[in-house]
Formats: sequence, C-alpha cells, structure tokens
Amino acid sequence: MGKNTSVIEREEVVIRFSGDSGDGMQLTGTLFSDTAALFGNDVSTFPDYPAEIRAPQGSVGGVSGFTVHLGHSEINTPGDFTDVLVAMNPAAVKANAAWVKEGGTIIYDLDNFTDKNIEKAGYIKDPIKEENFESYNIIAAPISTLVKEALKDYELDPKTILRTKNMFALGMVYWLFDRKLNYTEAFFDKKFHHKPKIAQANKVALRAGYYYAETIEALTPIYKILPAPIAKGKYRNINGNTATAWGFIAAAEKAGLKLFIGSYPITPATGILEELAARKDLGVISFQAEDEIAGICTALGASFAGRLAITTTSGPGLALKSEAIGLAVMTELPVVIVDVQRGGPSTGLPTKTEQADLFQALYGRNGESPLVVIASGTPTDCFDYAFEAARIALEHMTPVLLLTDSYLANGTEPWKIPSMKDIREIKPRYASPEELPFVPYKRDEETLARSWAIPGVPGLQHRIGGLEKNTKGNVSYLPDNHEKMVRIRAEKVERVSNEVPDLLVQGSDSGDLLIVGWGGSYGFIVTAFRELIAEGHNVSFVNFNYINPLPRNVKDVFSRFRKIVVCELNLGQFADYLRMKHQEFTYHQINKVQGVPFTISDIKDKCIKLLEEK
Amino acid sequence: MEETTLKYTAKDYKSDQEVRWCPGCGDHAVLSSVQRALAELGIPREQIAFISGIGCSSRFPYYMDTYGFHGIHGRAAAIASGVKTANPELSVWQITGDGDALAIGGNHFIHAVRRNIDLNIILFNNEIYGLTKGQYSPTSSKGLVTKTSPFGTVEEPFSVGELVIGAKGKFFARTIDANIALSTQIYTAAARHKGASVIEVLQNCVIFNDGIHEEVTGKEVRDERTIILKHGEPMIFGKDNEKGLILDGLKLKVVKIGENGITVKDLLIHNAAEPNPGIQYMLANMRYPEYPVALGIIRAVEGITYDASVHGQIKNVRENAKIKCMDDLLSSGSTWNVE
Repeated sequence: MGKNTSVIEREEVVIRFSGDSGDGMQLTGTLFSDTAALFGNDVSTFPDYPAEIRAPQGSVGGVSGFTVHLGHSEINTPGDFTDVLVAMNPAAVKANAAWVKEGGTIIYDLDNFTDKNIEKAGYIKDPIKEENFESYNIIAAPISTLVKEALKDYELDPKTILRTKNMFALGMVYWLFDRKLNYTEAFFDKKFHHKPKIAQANKVALRAGYYYAETIEALTPIYKILPAPIAKGKYRNINGNTATAWGFIAAAEKAGLKLFIGSYPITPATGILEELAARKDLGVISFQAEDEIAGICTALGASFAGRLAITTTSGPGLALKSEAIGLAVMTELPVVIVDVQRGGPSTGLPTKTEQADLFQALYGRNGESPLVVIASGTPTDCFDYAFEAARIALEHMTPVLLLTDSYLANGTEPWKIPSMKDIREIKPRYASPEELPFVPYKRDEETLARSWAIPGVPGLQHRIGGLEKNTKGNVSYLPDNHEKMVRIRAEKVERVSNEVPDLLVQGSDSGDLLIVGWGGSYGFIVTAFRELIAEGHNVSFVNFNYINPLPRNVKDVFSRFRKIVVCELNLGQFADYLRMKHQEFTYHQINKVQGVPFTISDIKDKCIKLLEEK
Repeated sequence: MEETTLKYTAKDYKSDQEVRWCPGCGDHAVLSSVQRALAELGIPREQIAFISGIGCSSRFPYYMDTYGFHGIHGRAAAIASGVKTANPELSVWQITGDGDALAIGGNHFIHAVRRNIDLNIILFNNEIYGLTKGQYSPTSSKGLVTKTSPFGTVEEPFSVGELVIGAKGKFFARTIDANIALSTQIYTAAARHKGASVIEVLQNCVIFNDGIHEEVTGKEVRDERTIILKHGEPMIFGKDNEKGLILDGLKLKVVKIGENGITVKDLLIHNAAEPNPGIQYMLANMRYPEYPVALGIIRAVEGITYDASVHGQIKNVRENAKIKCMDDLLSSGSTWNVE
C-alpha cells in the first residue's frame, strides 16, 4: 500500500463488475465474493445477465453484471446503489449510471472507450462527462494495452491475452479493498491444472492489475471493511440453486431413499438439474427429459416406483406441467415441483426475477386440486425449504410446490454448514406388506395421508390413476364419492398446517404498521425494516414461507396492527390471497414488476408514507 | 426383473376388476395374450408395472394383478421411463394406442425409443380414436371418413415401424390382436429383449372402425396377405407356403416358388438382429396389395439400455468418489472457519 493512500473504514460496500456478456464478469464477481467471504465479511451477491449468450458486443442490452455487497455487519441484500463500478466498456457505464452512488468510484477500460463503442452505448463523445461523473473517483486504465504488455513474453495468442482483462481489473479491485490474491491464484491453478499456460496468464494479469493500482496510488482511497461478527463455525458460499439441490439430497439421505430428478433445462432453474446431474457420487438419478411434461411425468413414475422424486422448472415450464401435477394430486404421490420464478408472462424476462407465479402455483390446474406451496426466503434457506418440501411430500403423500426465484437462484451468501446429525429424520409412509389386502386410499387418521406401496413388494400390487376412484383405488363415477374424495384431498393439504411453524414477528408484537413479505424478497424487506426501526419508526415485519396452508396464527398477528402492507414483486397476488383467506383486514400494497428486486428505498419510502397517513 | 422357477398361470395376473371393453373388442385378446406371456416368463406379479396413457386400451392396468399406473393422455412413455429408470429391476410395460403414442404423446414415444429404455411398449393400432367416439388418428389411412374428416382425411398417416426405426429403435414387431399364439410369442420375446421393444398390434375397434384391418387379417385371406417373419428363416408365405420375398434391385419383390426357376433357396433370409435397418425398414413398410403385411419380430438388435447406462455410470462414479455422504458434500470445496 502506497504512503499517499488514505484508508476509509466502512461498514459495508457495494461493488459491481460490469461488461460485455463475454467479458467474464460473472467469474470475476464470484472470485471477489469468495475472497471477501474467506476474509470474514458477510457477503451477498447477485449476477445480472442478459438472456442472450452473446448479445451484440458493446450494446447496452448485452451488458452482464455481477454485484457484490460485503460488510462488517449482517448483509441481507446485494445492495441498491454501488460504491464501485468496474466498467469494461461504455455500455456498462450506460447500463449502471443510475446505480452509482454519488461520489462513487468508477474503474473503466480506457482502451475500450473508442468512438465506435461510445456511440454504440448511446453517448456522443465522453460518457463520464455526459453522465456528470466528473467529480466522482474516476480511474481510466488502459487495461487492454497493459495486459498485452504484461503477457508479451508468454507466447500466447492475442485472444487469450485479451481474455485476461477481467483479471487485471480484479487485481485493481483487490488492491482497492486490500485483499490477498492467494485464493484467486489457487483457483486458477486448480481450474487450469491441465493448461498451466492459461493459469499463468490469468495470474500474471491479476498481479499486474494489483501492482498497477498500487503504482498509481494517488488515484483513490482504499476501502477497509473489517470482518463481520458472524457465529462461530464452518462456512461456505452457496447460491440458491445449489442450496436447493443439496436440500433434496439431504432429504433423500434422511428418508433413506434414492433421489430422482426429472427435468428439462430452463433458465433460471437449470442450475439445480446441473448440480444434481453431477451428484452421481451420492447416487442421484438424473433424467434430462425431452420436455417439461416428461420432466414431471418421469418424476411421477419414479415416485410411483418408490424414489424421492422432484422436477425443477420456471414459470413457462410450470404451465406445461399443470396437467401432470393434477395427476400427482389425484394419485396422491409424493413429488416436489420447484418453480424458480422469472419475469413473465410467456417467455417474459428469462434471466430476471419476479414473484408473479404465485397464483399459478396455487391454482394453475383443472378441477379442485390443492397442493402444498412453500417459498424460500434467502439463497441459503433454499436448502431448508427444499428439505421441508421433500419431508412434507413424503410424510403427507402430496405434491409440494417450492417457489424460489431468479434472485435466490443466482444470489450467493455465506452459509454456516449444517451437520446432518442435527437435521430431523423423514419418515415416509410405507404400506405394510403385513396388512393385506392393501387399500390404496386408506388414510392416516391424523394427517389423512394414504400409504405408499412400492413396486417390488409382494402382495401390495395395486392400480392408481387420474380417474376418480374409491378408497380401494377402483374407478368410481358415483356423485357422492367424488365430492367426498375432493373434500378429503383438500382437507389433507389443510392439515399440513398442524406442522407449519407460527409466524414470527420481528419488532414489536403490535403497533402502527406490519410489513408483510413472502419468499425471496425477505432480504430486501428486512433491511428496510431494520433501517426504519433504527430511524425510530414503529414498524414490525413478518415473512411468509408457508403459503398453502398458511400458518395458523395469521389472524392473531394481523389483528394487532393498525395497518398491514404486503410487499411483493408482482401486482399484488399474495395480498389478494390474504384478502381471500383473511377478509377482515385491509391490506396495503408495495409492488414492483421490473425484473429486479426491491431497493431498500422502494420499501422505506412507502412505509413512511403509510405511517404518516391517518 | 428376474424370471423364476415359480409356476404361474395366466389367471394369476388377472385382477378382480370386471373388464369393461366393448364385447368383441380386440383388446380382450391382447389382455389374454399378455397374461399368457407373463405366465410363460414366470415374472412375479410384484415385479411388474403396467403404465398407460388415455384411451380405450389404457384401461389395461386395471385388469392386471400387478402394479399399475393409469396416467394422462400421451404421457405413458414418460411415466414408464421414470419407473424403469428409478428401478431397473422392474418389468415395465407401456400400454398405449395410436392416438396416445403417436399424436399427443409422439414426443415421449420417440424419445423413449431413442434412449432405448428397457420398456415393453404395446401399441394398439386401430387407426381411430375410440374413447372419444370416432375421430381420425395419426395412423388413419389418407381419405378415411370419420366424424372430424367428413370428406376424408387429407393427412399422410404414420407407419409405426418406420417411426420406430427413424427414432433409432432396436426392437419392432407386429401382430394381430386375435392371433393369441403369435402375440404371446412376441410379448415374451419383447420382455426378454433388453431395450425399448415396440409391438404394434393391429387391433380392431368393433364400434368405430370395425374391420379396418380385415382386408389383411381376415381368416380367408390372411395367409395370402400377411407374412410371419422368423429370424434365420426364409421369407415365405401363402396358404401352401408357395410365395416368398426376394430383393429385386433396391426393392423387395413378391415371387412364386417354382415360377421362373425360383426356389426356396433364392428367398431372403430374415435377419432381425442386423443392426443396419435397411431391409427391416422395407419389411415394416410393406402394404397390401403390393406386398403381404409383415408380422412377427421385424427388428431385434442388441444394444445397451438407458437404464443400465445410467446406473452403470452412478456405480462407476461412486466407486472412486471422495464424497460418500451428505456431510462430505457439505464440507467439500472451499470452506472457511469462523473462530
């Protein structure tokens, strides 16, 4: 660290890496985030990339970003506004201009700010001037020239050399944040151990960037973020999709079952299928189906055959699976459907986040076909809710729909690694070969769950199907029988509420305003809630993870507040659902449908307004 | 799936449910043939799963005292694929029709065949939609007048065998519903074949398409208008075994033994095990009146199955894996300790 450099100690800092979709920004951000987490900061990250694999170079639509929020205190969101923007081209400045904090730092690749690129990004001549960023901390580094120079003696082709630009930029950022390079260097040694030249090139570029930033020391202050006070234990970084996949493996292990996934690739859910396809070491059977319908149907077949079966998808795929989910409701087979929500309707915004599949999850089937719907709140608790979805499916013999979203799927957080011995057992409801004849729809008196008879067990041969049937499983068109069965299936799902934990109110038990959220908006709302409390406002907060059935104490909690406001990334589906389930209350709404998560101010400003109104 | 020395009879596979197909429907004979085949194979009932879609034939699982799953329209192949991949020990049978397998379920059908999942797929082909009361299907002959084609269909029909071979299928056979001896033989062979076996049953719908196959399968004419192919034997047919098939240039040709010096030795020998499907493709596509319609096992080529490959891969990976349980996975990769 140079002697002229000032050090700013900060509670938290947001940094955004941004460039063309081919610039390697996702990797750069991930490496920075891992280094920060290893240092002991709390971290939250969010990748933001276009649906096109390689959108037109230099265009604003093709900008790919990765945001890292790191702090000395608890971090629940990837942050609204960025302190540091790394812009690999003018389009990256354009795409992020509105999100740079007043007086923030902008590092950019001067070599990429050619007249042509500047024009492509929609600027006339000088992006920094046109955005009024002149008073900001601007670091214009000729990155392309510098990596060419740094790697000139390494006998590499020009393309390979230019690919290391992101590592040069990362090196600069490491210096800026006073971080060590060893984790990143080890990463390259491992990733390219068969291509030592490539590993070397990346390491050289990384160091060159670091030393360059040091050399031009006068340019900027150094940010210092001390480690966060985190509970003792072993940690790792994990994103929501991986956590979801692992939650299912854990559930299979606790239930003593093999895990089967039948899925079709779809953004942003594919990561779960990819992770489970790689987990053959733990015996996971993965089936990449020919389409979404085959995804759920193979899962249903596997469930019938006695496996813990899941299928993963996003909104458009969930629509295709509707009929087969109805079959799961009718046959009362345990199966978990994961919907990693994205912007809709139709193809919508494939890579962006939204919470607008709630009604589809609850009601998107023909006939009376209720199922259990639960939702994860954070990237790491995707593990817990995937586990819980599997547990409910197996113990209650019902399909369970787990809602996550694009933000949770791709967002990462440090995660205190659980130990399997601390996780509850799962007891599937197997039919007994001693109790013959087997009656397929005979039910447990408490839960109304039927028993699961697995092919291969002598004496339990039986037939199930999509037609209405009587308790014995034989087809029945009798009017009374149909109504009886419809009511039983509904009641069975309703009785899951006996196991749903009560809503936990953060803040005081009663007061002026209860802020209500559900699923993946948790981090944004809780941050806004804490800031409101710190500013002296009388607010409380609850987040719903159990959507159907709802926790039993909803009415009790809601009745103790003067106002209730429901925050969600749609036009008010959960608010409408609550209006239907608990009509006695008035629900205010905070909604956003822009494909991006809430900002803290989105929520705070409206809450303050609600508090001020009579 | 293991064949045992236990003695079973066809009756052992009958469920207590009353069979509700129309009197005279070809499905009754298929049910009976399948039960005989299972008895011959001696597969324990609990090791068998029958999976169906929607349509008249798809009620089949209810009539079997085995595990059964009556699915949704077109999806039997996908459900059956899940059952077999989840537990390769089971003997898995898919019951489907021409509408179920080739229209709404066409995608699942070709992919199950392509993957070579060890399923026994019995495709009841009556060239009509029966359960919805008489609309044309993907196998209806061009021009067929039905309720939804009052002026005749304008579509080219699928040929099941052509589709199976096009989808890289390794087993294709054809039989007639009422020919219980031939059918039983074919179902037995299909069950023993490792991989996706497709059996097209020329099945008669007495109500909506009665006699659709009669021109070929009728008692009086069937010897002349069909040929039962047997692996390793000459392609011979006719009431008095007086006709046969030869290759004339690039085409099959019907010849009369004794005419133009043709002897049995000149006839083509059927080779169902030949991986190159050229001749089998022509055999599967033979249509009356130019040719006799081919029955029997037209193609039966050995190959590795999807289910065996999947579980083989899992076994191989597990043998050398560092991660043996969930706790290992949780602690794998980069982790750090907070003291």
